[in-house]
Parts: sequence; structure tokens; C-alpha cells
Amino acid sequence: MESKPDGKRQGRILIDHVEKVYDPEGVNVHACRDCNADIQPGEFAMVVGPSGCGKTTLLNAIAGFDNATGGAIYLDEEKIAAPDIVQSPGADRMVVFQGGALFPWKTVMGNITYGPVMQGKMRVNEAVKEARELMDRLGLSQEIERLYPDNLSSGMKRQVEIIRALINDPKVLLLDEPFRALDNISKGLMHEYLLSVFELTQKTIFFITHDLDEAVFLADRIFVMTTRPGTFKAVIEVDIPRPRDFRVLATERFVEIREHVKAEVEEESMKAFEAGERELA
Amino acid sequence: MSTSNQGSEVIFNNVGKMAIFKKNQTVILKNCSFTVEPGKLTVLIGPSGCGKTTIINLIAGYERPDIGRVKMDGQPITGPNWERLVVFQETALYPWLTCYENVMFGPLSRKVMTKEKAHEETLKLLAKVGLEDFRDKYPSQLSGGMQRRAELARALINQPKVMLMDEPFRGLDAMTRQLMQEYYLKLFEETDASHVFVTSELDEAIILADNLLIMTNKPSKIQKIIEVDLPRPREWSMVTSKRYLEIKAEALELLHEEAVKASTTSGKVDVDLSGLLEPVNTD
Repeated sequence: MESKPDGKRQGRILIDHVEKVYDPEGVNVHACRDCNADIQPGEFAMVVGPSGCGKTTLLNAIAGFDNATGGAIYLDEEKIAAPDIVQSPGADRMVVFQGGALFPWKTVMGNITYGPVMQGKMRVNEAVKEARELMDRLGLSQEIERLYPDNLSSGMKRQVEIIRALINDPKVLLLDEPFRALDNISKGLMHEYLLSVFELTQKTIFFITHDLDEAVFLADRIFVMTTRPGTFKAVIEVDIPRPRDFRVLATERFVEIREHVKAEVEEESMKAFEAGERELA
Repeated sequence: MSTSNQGSEVIFNNVGKMAIFKKNQTVILKNCSFTVEPGKLTVLIGPSGCGKTTIINLIAGYERPDIGRVKMDGQPITGPNWERLVVFQETALYPWLTCYENVMFGPLSRKVMTKEKAHEETLKLLAKVGLEDFRDKYPSQLSGGMQRRAELARALINQPKVMLMDEPFRGLDAMTRQLMQEYYLKLFEETDASHVFVTSELDEAIILADNLLIMTNKPSKIQKIIEVDLPRPREWSMVTSKRYLEIKAEALELLHEEAVKASTTSGKVDVDLSGLLEPVNTD
């Protein structure tokens, strides 16, 4: 669905020597330093690392919520974060948050259509038609469109949020631990759901997590960050064929990759511990 | 620990339990039957809200069944007792006592040990959970993992016959959690008590369990008992072994089936579904 006239797919995120310093005049906390990554169009990129390593800082810079203090981030040819530009969020980069951010006073349909209607990109009836098509294509029952978020399970809320993001036809989806509040068993279903969305829409996905099973299950590549100042220390390819379902969790290859990622993350947590930034167990 | 302390057998016989949930009566457990074998580690796994904590409460004696019987060594359970101790999701250490005093509190207040004996046992246990250097710290001075280790020591010093672990490692980061599992395995393998451990994390469940009980959605019962015949002492490295992966595959199949059932139930409109997949705050 995302193709330019010349047929080249869109949604490459190039993170080029990015640095983020908070409070440049005071204590100079380096959240990220010399951070480099090249995420391909249509790639499922998982980002892991110890707590406080700058993962969300990076996501905020890509989303346009906050700028970088050094280096640059590009979305395809466009520079979206750098000290010499004024950053701004865009409909081409949609974020699905940890806590969930549905308007409780709007129905499912009202929530999904709000963005494009408010931006004047679609008329209400167009947006409703588009929303129904998306719900249909992505396996969310249209019966729920008149319900309010309070009447949905947390899994369904996440599904609605994903559709609310996709109706803007973004180039990339940015997810910050969206399933954190779910128990492991319901989480598994959401993973399968997100994979089917990914396979249908071919969007680039930038997904932050602490859950390593989640990382391996979903990823094309796993980007491991160091402890603060955060930079990428390892990129681990997940060579498990797609389509994937829950059964891959019990394969040897899956567990091997997870243990590898775990060792990389634990090395960083140990460094954070030695630096006095966290307690060990 | 002393070996005189034999683990008990707990039997659930067709237990039913109801609760009022958002003004509606809900059946939590229905025809729930299983046996906690003496000296074994029984793990209960199932989706959140499926009644795992209710089972812990019934064994602990905090609640009574509405239907059926819960018996320990042939006797009905009528109330809480030191023979059945719970380690909770949240720590329950006394904030005004040091780590050492917290652990000693039980046997001293029950007057079942002399001061000398309690002192000796406390030091032994604190060493086992790696807290010997932290004995004089107050709970607020300990990290989350340390608090839970102190909690374990505080329960174990009473030499309970049944230890009830209600998602005790939830909310800990992956690394701390694995360390806790290793400490806990060592402690379990050294005692004769029966343990019941509740979790929603499958790897944790398999690496710990002798018997893995897979629960259905509400109204819950035991869907399947998988015997985990991996050798003891258990080591984390077993997660890549062939047998481990076979067990995991079988359990995943069953859990996935339950999760799908839960989500299709919640697909029905006009019922209040929010309880089925209630969000769990892991912080």
C-alpha cells in the first residue's frame, strides 16, 4: 500500500549518530550517544535494553515529540530530527502507547475516525467507510464499533488503537511496550494479531519492549541498546520463518535466540549495576 | 531445614466458588478437582482472572468453598494456620523491623523456638537467600528482589507443610526474576514441604514444576495436568532440552486454546467483558 510512483517501498528509518542530552546547561545527562541504526522499509524492528537506557527517548525523537541534540534521524529522504530543524509529529509516524490513549467518551468508531476527520483529510462518511474496511481486513468485529472503550477487554482496546493509528496510513508504526499490562497468555494472542497486521500492511514497525519472548516472536531484527548513554551494541537477526504462530515459542531456535538476546541485555544491566544506577536483584 | 517436617497432601474435591463481581454473581471455580502431592511443587497456570488466587485463598483458609471440599491430610481446612503460609505478590514485611527481625518474628511470637535456635535458623536462612550482609537493613533499604527473598526466608522459618506462592516474582525484571527462580528452586529442593505456585509465565511454570496444572477460563477448573519429569536439581539451561520443549509445546497448545476461547467470549457485544481480560499492572 505504501509505494511511490517508482515502486520503491517507503518507511526507512535512518538513525545517524544521534545524541540526546537532557538539560544541556545543567547536569548534562546523556540519554543517547552516537546511536546508529538503519531500519529498512517494511521491517519489524524490536528495540530492547536495560531500563532507562534511552529507548523511549529515541522513540520520541522519531515520533517528533522531542528533538535530538546531535546527529539526525531520517524517514526516507526527510530529516525528522536534528538540532538544525524544528521537529514536529506527523501522521506518517503513528505511536501506540503503553497506557492506551483511547478517548473514553467516544465510541470505538468515534475514536478511529477522529484523527483523519479532525485533520480535514477525510469526511466523516469516508472515514467511517475506511474504518470499517480496516476493521474487516484486520479481523476486528464491526459489532464493537458502537461500544465505548470501557466495555472492551484490554486486548481489544489495543486492537482498536492499532487501527486508529493505521487509518492515517502512516509509513511507520511506533510502539512503546503496548502490551505491558496484559498477562502473558492474552499477550500471545495480541502478538499473533499484530503479526497478521504487519503481514497485511507491510508497515515499518519500531517496537520497544522489555519482554524478550515478545521481541523474538515479532522481530525481523532485534536492536539491543547499551546502558545509558544508550547506543546500539548488537543487532540480532531472527531467522525464524514467517508466518509465525505461537508454536514457534517451543522451538529450539526460538529459545536459542532468546537466550542470546538475554545475555546481551544482562551484560548491560550488570554495567548499569556497577555504575550504581540500579540494584541487583 | 529439618527433615522432620513432612509436606502435606491437599485435595480439592469438586470445589465450586462464587463471587460478586461488578454487582453480578460470578462463578469463579466450578467442579475444580486436583491433588497437591506431598513434597511436590504444583504449579497453577492460567489466564489472569481465572481464579488462581482463589485457589490459594482456599488452601490458605482465607476463604471457604461454596460447594465441595478442600482437605489437607484428610481434614477439612477451616481457617488460616502457620502450616499453610502464603508468599504474596506484594511484599508484606513489617517495615519497622529489620530483615533479621522480620524473619525471626514468626517462631518467636509463636513461642516455638528458643531465641538461640531462632537466631541460628534465621542466619542460616538469610545466608541461603543471599541476604547475610543485609540482615540489619529495613525493608525500605532493600531492592525488590531482596525484599522477596526476605519474604521467602520469613515464611520458611516456620517450616510450613504447604507453601503457597501467589505470583511472587511478578513485576520483577527478567534478570532479577531468573535469579529469584534459582534461589527458590534451591530452597524448594532442600525442603520436604509441598509447594503450590501460581504464575502466568510458562517458562517459570515449567522450570519449577513437578506437576503443571493448566486452568480453564472462568468458571475455572483444571483442564489438564502435565507431569514435568525433568530431573532435579533443575537448571535454567534445561530450557533448550528436547523434553522441556515438548512439555512447553503441549502447554502452549492448551493455553492458546483457552486464550482464544476467552477472546471470542469477549467478542460478544452487550455483555460487560472488561473482567475477562482485566489489565494487570505489573509495576
